[in-house]
Amino acid sequence: MLSPGFVLFLSAAYLGLLFAVARFGDARADAGKSIISANVYALSLAVYCTSWTFYGSVGRATSGGLSFLTIYIGPTLMLLCVGVIIKMIRISKAQRVTSIADFIASRYGKSQLLAGLVTVIAVIGVVPYIALQLKAVSASLQTLFQTSGGEFLPGMIDSTFIIAALLALFTILFGTRHLDATERHEGMVAAIAFESVVKLAAFLAVGVFVTYGMFGGLSDLFQRAAAAPELARLLQMDSSRAGTWTALILLSGLAIIFLPRQFQIIVVENVDEAHLKRAVWLFPLYLVAINIFVLPLALGGLLHFQGQDFNPDTFVLTLPLARGAESLALLVFIGGLSAATGMVIVETIALSTMVCNDLVMPWLLRARWLGVGERKDLSGVLLGIRRAAIILILLLGYIYFRAAGEAYALVGIGLISFAAVAQFAPAMFGGMYWKQGTRAGAVAGLLGGFAVWTYTLLLPSFAKSGWIANGFVEQGLWGIHALKAQALFGLSGLDEISHSLWWSLLANIGLYVLVSLYSKPDAVEAGQAERFVDIFRHGARDTDARLWRGTASVDELVSLLERFLGPFRARQQLAAYAAAQGTSDWHALPADAGFVRFAEAQLSGAIGSASARVMVASVAREEDLGLEEVLDILDEATQVRAYSRELESKSRELEAATADLRQANERLRELDRMKDDFISTVTHELRTPLTSIRALSEMLHDDPKMDLVDRKRFLGIIVNEAERLTRLINQILDMAKLESGRAEWTTAEVDLGEVARETMESLGQLFREKGVTLEGEIPEKGPVVLADRDRLTQVMINLLSNAVKFVPGETGLVQVRVMANASEVRVEVADNGPGLTVEECNVIFEKFRQGGNTMTNKPQGTGLGLPISRQIVEYFGGNLWVESRPGAGAKFIFTVPLPASEE
Amino acid sequence: MAHKILIVDDEPNIVISLEFLMKKEGFEVAVANDGEEALAKVASFNPDLMLLDVMMPKKSGFEVCEALRADPGRSGLQIVMLTAKGRDTEVAKGLALGADAYVTKPFSTKDLVAKVKEMLAR
Amino acid sequence: MKRANPMRQRLAALGLLGVPLLTYPLLSLPQGEIAGIPAPYLYLFGMWILLIVLAAVVAERRGK
Repeated sequence: MLSPGFVLFLSAAYLGLLFAVARFGDARADAGKSIISANVYALSLAVYCTSWTFYGSVGRATSGGLSFLTIYIGPTLMLLCVGVIIKMIRISKAQRVTSIADFIASRYGKSQLLAGLVTVIAVIGVVPYIALQLKAVSASLQTLFQTSGGEFLPGMIDSTFIIAALLALFTILFGTRHLDATERHEGMVAAIAFESVVKLAAFLAVGVFVTYGMFGGLSDLFQRAAAAPELARLLQMDSSRAGTWTALILLSGLAIIFLPRQFQIIVVENVDEAHLKRAVWLFPLYLVAINIFVLPLALGGLLHFQGQDFNPDTFVLTLPLARGAESLALLVFIGGLSAATGMVIVETIALSTMVCNDLVMPWLLRARWLGVGERKDLSGVLLGIRRAAIILILLLGYIYFRAAGEAYALVGIGLISFAAVAQFAPAMFGGMYWKQGTRAGAVAGLLGGFAVWTYTLLLPSFAKSGWIANGFVEQGLWGIHALKAQALFGLSGLDEISHSLWWSLLANIGLYVLVSLYSKPDAVEAGQAERFVDIFRHGARDTDARLWRGTASVDELVSLLERFLGPFRARQQLAAYAAAQGTSDWHALPADAGFVRFAEAQLSGAIGSASARVMVASVAREEDLGLEEVLDILDEATQVRAYSRELESKSRELEAATADLRQANERLRELDRMKDDFISTVTHELRTPLTSIRALSEMLHDDPKMDLVDRKRFLGIIVNEAERLTRLINQILDMAKLESGRAEWTTAEVDLGEVARETMESLGQLFREKGVTLEGEIPEKGPVVLADRDRLTQVMINLLSNAVKFVPGETGLVQVRVMANASEVRVEVADNGPGLTVEECNVIFEKFRQGGNTMTNKPQGTGLGLPISRQIVEYFGGNLWVESRPGAGAKFIFTVPLPASEE
Repeated sequence: MAHKILIVDDEPNIVISLEFLMKKEGFEVAVANDGEEALAKVASFNPDLMLLDVMMPKKSGFEVCEALRADPGRSGLQIVMLTAKGRDTEVAKGLALGADAYVTKPFSTKDLVAKVKEMLAR
Repeated sequence: MKRANPMRQRLAALGLLGVPLLTYPLLSLPQGEIAGIPAPYLYLFGMWILLIVLAAVVAERRGK
């Protein structure tokens, strides 16, 4: 039997358990042993699944079939954009951002106006959502009591109020322990993760109970539903709602990061970026798990309570109760309570931070008559304001819940809330990726989007509840049809959420972009834009330091910190900062740009970036850097990066070019040296015969009475040397022609065998004189090649006269062989001379490198025969080389390719 | 007593002409065909002056000159370098190595004889 | 700092892939039922879980 007292006691006990978990988490955090692991972080994200999910999804499924899934597919896809979320986290940590309002305000020049605007939108959009949670708790209590026949709390304040009060207490205890919100609320996160597990377990339990306990499993349930005509349509997709489907995915994708509680959990409470890697799949998996039984539960409820008037939103409770499973119903109630309380706690903390920092503080700091500016320690005041804000927000939620009751304005608030926070998207994304986005643009976009949202979604929901006249929805404002709230400018055929999302985002993005393009940021704004957009590049603080100029005193800044953080925490942070700077005593710290930034960051954590800016500016005499100057500094930083990249690539190019040049130069120098050597060698070769000729002819000339024998001998030498000189000159000219490519060639069919035979014949006398045997092994009808006959003859003469020069007299033997294979003719001239060393085999083909250096008598050659022969053979596509070993004779071989057959 | 002259060159025809020229002037002449033979002949023939070709097999004229100048006992030996390579660097190198004179091929027989006589008269 | 984090890019690619897979017109393809369970129900949850499994593989492989 479920008595109200028991249920309330159980609720209180459950909240007590949450207290314990949170306390444990905080204690561990204080001890430096954080219990926030990747899994806890991923589970805490499930604060997304509120009682709207827990109870409402089944309700939505009874009317829209699977369309409720969009609310969970959107976040799945959004989370996959890890880069965006990591960027948000990085920026938030660097800027000490404590809420989404602070994020936007900070990006657009720490604007108090913007911070306040975002806060107001968030409060208006989200407080009704909190009310919805309270209503869910109340409704679930009522369902429990009604079905069990129990009485409502007699004559006392209602149970929802007690729950709300307990939640306020919890939130105050765990949400406002410290002032610096970037210190995080680890206890609270742990409690939220714990609640996530409870609500999932409860939902799965009731899902299994209904599907397998009350029905015969999934397929049985689906079969029976398919048989009922009014249920069958829930099982199939309705493609006429394709637009809504996509719009809801977009909407929920934005909500998962821009709902204040989601921003709080994902960004502010993030301990370690690496946790995201787990969350990116574990949280979607959680969403799958909590949704898998939604449709079966909806169908089960509809089938079971056929014809009876039961609220589908409470099927998860009424189905087990209908079977008398009271303990399961209690578990489900606790699960629903978890969903509701988790949302309320986190949302309230997030909103209270925003209200305190972005609405109350700026006003307090400006209101001099309050004397807040002079109060010594303001940390207590700050905490007080936050606590008051928490109570106020919950009270507002409670009042809204009481006032709205069953009105549509409450039931439909889930998606309306989503649409409200979606208005933050342009300013957020633009702020993170577009430096040109300005404060004026953000304000205009937010105001425009918010106005459209109010007109097309919030006010019509009031009208549906009967609170205001619905003329503007039915006939349009002032009777103008184009202004019909849910068919603006005649845009109809959409559901109200898509309609509102479309128009509000159009107005929002349009105004944001247009106004941004036509407005100029001020100095602070330009600096912040740079820091946000280039967060991954601004690891170092150099730009920050250069963007602040002025004078400040450490004492004044410290006293500022003490006033807002409290002396104890202020000194703690100062000591940590000093340690990071490498000093042990913070008194010794210089009041430089770095210190001012540190102080401002600390204050931002406590009172928001906009207020912190104002407070720091009040004690530091800052030089007002003009916009131009800030842009210059930022430009400089960008330009320096660009220049240095450019310079790097230029210097690489230059290096390559230099290397090329050096190589070319090296080649040129080598060529020059070779030419020099060549000329020097040629000179030497020419002068040597000339020397003999001149000396001998002078002597003949000077001595007319010279002995006749001597005279004949000398004249013989002169004739020989003159011949040698002629030969040399001819060959040098020949060589020069060959090398420069100016030689004249005739190409005809040449019988190589014939060439060999003729050459042997013409040189026969030379061989016979020296007593050298000349043998030939040449085919009768020799192979025919396409070449210059005279040139080939020249080669043969060269090789044969070389051979005869080196073989010994009488025993000398020179053999000539001509043969052909399929592709080329091969001619060999083998001798039985002294042979060549390996080194000589190469050297002899160089110019003026005559063989036979080891011989006493210098051979009478020019040193050009072989190089010329090689040039000739290579010209016709063949090769000339020598095979030899010292003492084993030498075999000169050349090949000439056969002409390609004509077949 | 006639002065002794050593002719060192690897070109037989040049050797023939130099030998004839010097003998006609009344000098006692010996011949070497390469650097190594030249050093041996210096030791056995003990010339007063040598006509030394630069480009020779086995040991170049520069190497022979250097070796002789390293020997204090041969300080009286006059060396005339003969080269077909008329480059200034060659001349400078020869003189730096201790040659007393440098004659470029082809040379005037009269000038060479006059130079040899003048050197031996010193 | 890593300029092009391959894991983040792969995850983002998965997200992009998910958009056409989990919206119309692809969604109107599965019709009727398979083994007594409505095809759209199977398709939606199947694709969704597939995406999550792929994301888990990508995210956790380089994690350790």
